[in-house]
Amino acid sequence: MKLKLETRGQDSTLIAYLSPAIAAALTLICGSLLFMTLGVDPLQALYTFFIMPVNNLDGLTELGVKATPILLCATGLAVCFRANVWNIGAEGQLLMGALIGSWCALELLDAEGIWVLPLVLLAGAAAGAAWAALPALLKTRFHTNEILTTIMFNYIALNILLYAIHGPLKDPAGFNFPESALFSDWQLLPILVDGTRLHLGAAFALLAVVATWTFLAKTFIGFQISVLGRDARSAHYAGFQQHKLTWLALLLCGGLAGLAGVSEVTGPIGQLVPQVSPGYGYAAIIVAFLGRLHPVGILFASLLMALLYMGGEMVQIEMGLPLALTGLFQGMLLFFLLASDVLITHRVRVTRRAPAGSLEPILMSPTQEHLLPDTQPSSAISQEQN
Amino acid sequence: MSDNGYRLRLIGISKQYPGCLANDAVSLNIKAGTIYALLGENGAGKSTLMKVIYGAVKPDAGEIVWEGKRLTIDSPAAARGLGIGMVFQHFSLFETLTVLENIALGLEPEASADLPALARRIEEVSKKYGMPLEPHRPVHSLSTGERQRVEIVRCLVQDIKLLILDEPTSVLTPQEVDTLFTTLRQLAAEGTSIMFISHKLKEVKALCEFATVLRGGRVSGSCRPKEESTTSMAMMMVGDETPVTHDYEKVIGGEDFLSVQALNLATDDPFGVALNGIDLRVRKGEILGIAGVAGNGQSELLAALSGETLIDNADAIRFPDVALGKLLPHQRREQGLAYVPEDRLGQGAVPDMSLWENGLLTGFLQGLVKKGFLQPAAIQSFTDTIVSRFKVKCASNDCSAKSLSGGNLQKFIIGREVLQNPRCLIAAHPTWGVDIGAAISIHKELIALRDQGCCILIISEDIDELFAISDRLGALFDGQLSPIKNTTETSIEEVGSWMAGVFEDGVEQSADITAGASAA
Repeated sequence: MKLKLETRGQDSTLIAYLSPAIAAALTLICGSLLFMTLGVDPLQALYTFFIMPVNNLDGLTELGVKATPILLCATGLAVCFRANVWNIGAEGQLLMGALIGSWCALELLDAEGIWVLPLVLLAGAAAGAAWAALPALLKTRFHTNEILTTIMFNYIALNILLYAIHGPLKDPAGFNFPESALFSDWQLLPILVDGTRLHLGAAFALLAVVATWTFLAKTFIGFQISVLGRDARSAHYAGFQQHKLTWLALLLCGGLAGLAGVSEVTGPIGQLVPQVSPGYGYAAIIVAFLGRLHPVGILFASLLMALLYMGGEMVQIEMGLPLALTGLFQGMLLFFLLASDVLITHRVRVTRRAPAGSLEPILMSPTQEHLLPDTQPSSAISQEQN
Repeated sequence: MSDNGYRLRLIGISKQYPGCLANDAVSLNIKAGTIYALLGENGAGKSTLMKVIYGAVKPDAGEIVWEGKRLTIDSPAAARGLGIGMVFQHFSLFETLTVLENIALGLEPEASADLPALARRIEEVSKKYGMPLEPHRPVHSLSTGERQRVEIVRCLVQDIKLLILDEPTSVLTPQEVDTLFTTLRQLAAEGTSIMFISHKLKEVKALCEFATVLRGGRVSGSCRPKEESTTSMAMMMVGDETPVTHDYEKVIGGEDFLSVQALNLATDDPFGVALNGIDLRVRKGEILGIAGVAGNGQSELLAALSGETLIDNADAIRFPDVALGKLLPHQRREQGLAYVPEDRLGQGAVPDMSLWENGLLTGFLQGLVKKGFLQPAAIQSFTDTIVSRFKVKCASNDCSAKSLSGGNLQKFIIGREVLQNPRCLIAAHPTWGVDIGAAISIHKELIALRDQGCCILIISEDIDELFAISDRLGALFDGQLSPIKNTTETSIEEVGSWMAGVFEDGVEQSADITAGASAA
């Protein structure tokens, strides 16, 4: 028997929607195997990983807290990726938002008034956008590959943040700990559910989802971004301006990532610390693809990703398993997603074993397949399997 | 071995695609050493049938008998193993590799192991069949005609028994066509069967011994082309109801509308052609046709006119009084220009996007966008109008552009541009790959647009088409424009010589630069 991958005539919408579910299922199966090899009961481990973190109100609101920065970053990234702008720099943009937002907050530590918080948030969002502007400039001006520049700017942002927290922004009364002073009440995001940490940032994130969906699906600029991403030559022919759209996508994403960063420091953290983000900006890349670059899909994917963070902590606390499991689960999820995405454009076909080109004296039967591409010679990859 | 002396027999081949029976019990017999034609409109099932023979498509039913043996052809590699070669309309060559490397890639590993020997064989074979090739030249430095030779020689370096050519002449000058035909006759004389797929009935008449006509997936007739008139063959292709020829009245246009003056344009692209002193005027209410073999500056001229390339000297292009040179494509549209580009897929249309999205692509000035927001109802009705008026065959407006056949997509793009009621239309190859019936309706739309006072510039490689619809004619060669004459005052021979770089002063202009001329 022979398994063969061949191109579909028309992309499968069904698989496009199913693929994240397939990826999630495969991740669970492999996760179970992993737990078994670690010598723990997989059912108990999966329960601890995926259910226990969210089986009460506290857990659910914490899920929202964790999902907020991921959702903000991933929404922005979806715009970039749709425009074929490979911004890997949400992490750095988030850190810059946190840093400049904190700086602004610390400058205004004694200020009182309702205007303080918006100013701090604005500073953070602007800083994120400015950090994204650098790769935008490099890309549009010098044709620099944005994948490389945005990754490099992540490390620069992290080191600037570490410098600031060990130097100018360190709390003078903080016993030399690398932390800023605590922010004042005027600078903290209001709590949405009493007694929990769920803050206004979650509302920003939901707003961003709705706004981005409207932007992408309903506006002409959103349409131009999709055209640019799918076929730059057509965009050029139609007169859509690639440079402007690239700038727009990067600034928008940077702004949202910056807002995510500043919402962390003015939300659950309440001061600037070195560990503002456990890699939210990177996780958001997975989330953006898991959510099919669609704002609503991204909403669900960000909740799942937040659950992975919480589950990793939970199995560490409850069962003494390594925290690295979070990264492993993230990795498996992305890996399986990319693998099952092949089925959107390709199908698996089982054929009888027959060496190619043999002169088989048989009558042709009506084949089981109804769709065969008439564009390309088939068979991208074929694999022997017994 | 042979079965009643046939090299290949197809018996009752059927192939069903979703919503379309591409081949319906098609039978075909091919003898050794004979040149066959396969005729049919777009969507008649020619390509599917050839892909069945070439192993790229598996039929749902039917038998293939090759030299007396029933067999299945699973892949193009298997087909090549049998001695079946195919030259596709769109070349599959790597531009950065040499001729030798490109040919080696298509061969079995053992056949391509000894590159020096293969290089000698390429030289030998290509010389023998009158289409010399230099094995070590990179493909990007070759003209279109030479690239086609690479595709043909690629088939010939192996023992070839059946050579299939899919519209091979659409990219060639009349002189290159003659060279190709000489080669094909020589191959046939040596016993190779040849299957020639074409829309151009004159060529079929000149070359082929037998013709099979497909219509709607079925064999609708067969004939000896030499004994038929082109009209009678056309009737077989389109059925009786469609008129197959049409004469259009030639007109003399009004005032100059679109003017290009001393347009010089260097090219950044190492494979591009620099434009050199292009001067032309298109008058209100006339069609100006520009002939030329691909790669003589057409792409560059089109890009300059459309705004895909901006011109430093804005005044070099004016319409009617506005300097266009520095305006972006959509700004030129606001001035009343519309543009049918060279490439349908990946320029004129986004392959993965639906028809309505592709309608919006350039139709956005037609009230489809208000205050930055899309107007779904208006977009759908604009798309509906294109589809119904230009008879685009598609399941719905949600079909992706890439799912349409080439001719259908061309109709869609022409429709999209014509329905914007432009004051100036620039069209590249308006009926390229479109069937006769559709070509006539496209021509009629263009003439109607002309008669409304639009100025139309058509750049095409199809001389017959240009003579049919243009009021005035010129040709591009190596980035220079020939003199422009009234269509009624010139001849195919004269335009053919312009295409080869011989302009009216009798000086041959650097004819060695492009093989378009050297093949003559």
